[in-house]
Amino acid sequence: MYVAVKGGERAIDNAHRWLEDERRGDRKVTDLSVDQIKTQLSLSIAKVMAEGSLFDPELASLAIKQARGDLIEAIFLIRAYRTTLPRFGVGQPINTDKMIAKRRISATFKDIPGGQLLGPTFDYTHRLLDFKLLADGSIDEFEPGKDTEQMFQHVTQFLNNEGIIETEETSSSEAESPDLTRQPLEIPANRALRLQALTRSDEGFLLGMAYSTQRGFGRNHPFVGELRIGLISVEFEIPEIGFNIEIAEIEISECETVNQFLGSKTHPPKFTRGYGFVFGQSERKAISMALVDRALRWKELGEVSDGAPAQDEEFVLYHGDNIQATGFVEHIKLPHYVDFQAELELIRKIRKTAFEAKKG
Amino acid sequence: MSNSEEDFNFAYLDEQTKRMIRRALIKAICIPGYQVPFASREMPMPYGWGTGGVQVTAACLQETDVLKVIDQGSDDTTNAVSIRKFFERVAGVKTTENTGKASVIQTRHRIPEQVLSEDQILVYQVPIPEPLRFLEPRETETRVMHALEEYGLMHVKLYEDISINGEISTAYAYPVKVNDRYIMDPSPTPKFDNPKMNFCPAIQLFGAGREQRIYAVPPYTKVISLDFEDYPFEASRAEKTCEICGATNTYLDEVVIDDKGTRMFSCSDSDYCNSQKS
Repeated sequence: MYVAVKGGERAIDNAHRWLEDERRGDRKVTDLSVDQIKTQLSLSIAKVMAEGSLFDPELASLAIKQARGDLIEAIFLIRAYRTTLPRFGVGQPINTDKMIAKRRISATFKDIPGGQLLGPTFDYTHRLLDFKLLADGSIDEFEPGKDTEQMFQHVTQFLNNEGIIETEETSSSEAESPDLTRQPLEIPANRALRLQALTRSDEGFLLGMAYSTQRGFGRNHPFVGELRIGLISVEFEIPEIGFNIEIAEIEISECETVNQFLGSKTHPPKFTRGYGFVFGQSERKAISMALVDRALRWKELGEVSDGAPAQDEEFVLYHGDNIQATGFVEHIKLPHYVDFQAELELIRKIRKTAFEAKKG
Repeated sequence: MSNSEEDFNFAYLDEQTKRMIRRALIKAICIPGYQVPFASREMPMPYGWGTGGVQVTAACLQETDVLKVIDQGSDDTTNAVSIRKFFERVAGVKTTENTGKASVIQTRHRIPEQVLSEDQILVYQVPIPEPLRFLEPRETETRVMHALEEYGLMHVKLYEDISINGEISTAYAYPVKVNDRYIMDPSPTPKFDNPKMNFCPAIQLFGAGREQRIYAVPPYTKVISLDFEDYPFEASRAEKTCEICGATNTYLDEVVIDDKGTRMFSCSDSDYCNSQKS
């Protein structure tokens, strides 16, 4: 019994001890180190950092270990920690032109200045289980070529030079870029706020939403103008010294889509954009985010909504957060017997009245 | 002001956050029944498990407070135990199971049977603060409906209940009108508890963490359960007697006690039940 009989406190303590024991598992097997997780499960780390909204591979690894590999649980640990951190300022806008990319591809041009750089991708692997890994994990080291140490201009810039794609507007004030974690979400949200919500949304949720647009629920004809993954520096201006200093170097994934154009006889048509930006190597989510971003932009681009789920700002922004979702969905396992009792009494009464009416 | 062995701020939240919540609480008290948006924080317990109530309690607690936490009317339900332990750890305040001795009571799904006093604060955990939500899923719409006091949809729903089932088929989270203005969700308490809200001497605060809303009923405020003249509101309960303390006027739990489905009824409010026994 998990309920009101005395002993709830002891039951909770025992449950936690049992959980710890199961997390550790068979003691004959070496304990998994945080370093191992950090260096060998980097894509899990990327997800935890992105959806936890905290770039810290070490803490993400710890969270994954503590959560027994349940990534949503790990994200939750990170979020609960993050919210206690003081906020001492706002960093300088990140310039992804300055990225040192390890992967950078464009689907819109056969070749691009700097070249297509595949990088460490699962694309084109044949998905065959590699049974060698069961036995021997030794892998030859790989030295990337010089191509990976340069900065690349964004591919969409080539279109922009021609004036054939819309120009991104930059927001300069904090009012234009509010902090989702410090203010209640209010709808309608501007694009900056939407992008914030999307980048910390659940990958699976965004993937499903993006997929639905491709299948016709709010279709927006995307081309991947460019997808790039690599390191960028984060700078922060210290007012006392009057210039920017680099406080971190982070890995990010960025996707820019080129979408169907808009225009009229008087305003020459232009391509439009969708944008995805995610911590770590997470291109599935970056692409999904760009598609959903574009779908949500129908109003500001003067389009007519199909009423598709992915075009519905309130639907997408209120339901994409996996920590909110998992908490609320799972809370129904808490005791609800008081409410159930009220329903029982009500249904018995209604049934009684109905039977009497039938007889009478 | 750090506390206990771990270095948390008193009652976990930092002072800036508490101030933000207190501002929302003051606004909520000033506009009874109005849902005030607030920048709800991520708490170290899941959304939907009392994060709103916990934040409100944290913002109200002082070192001299005595805290009681109940869930389903009982102090010993798992989540009540968990939240009480949380505040013991991060605030170091005294806790009690005695309703009369508590200065702050955090509750989920029940209002204590004992009449509360002017010295007490009752903090409700709220899952869905919007009483119109299941009639209109869009927040953008329901906020306008409240602003315009456009509550026809709710009355139609209650009327349809009667026409289909012969009576209003809401047994818990039964909508109320506060101070003749806002329709408010009393949180999922059984409708048996609704009359206790009306002109209650204690401050009633409601926290919905995931939905980022706070609302309140100030002391001695009119709280009326919605009904029709010919179908008046009824605070229903199981028509039984508590088999532990003999009370005939309390809300009862129905417990299945054997494989044949035999039932036993006892008070949902465990502290009240204990006090009647002795």
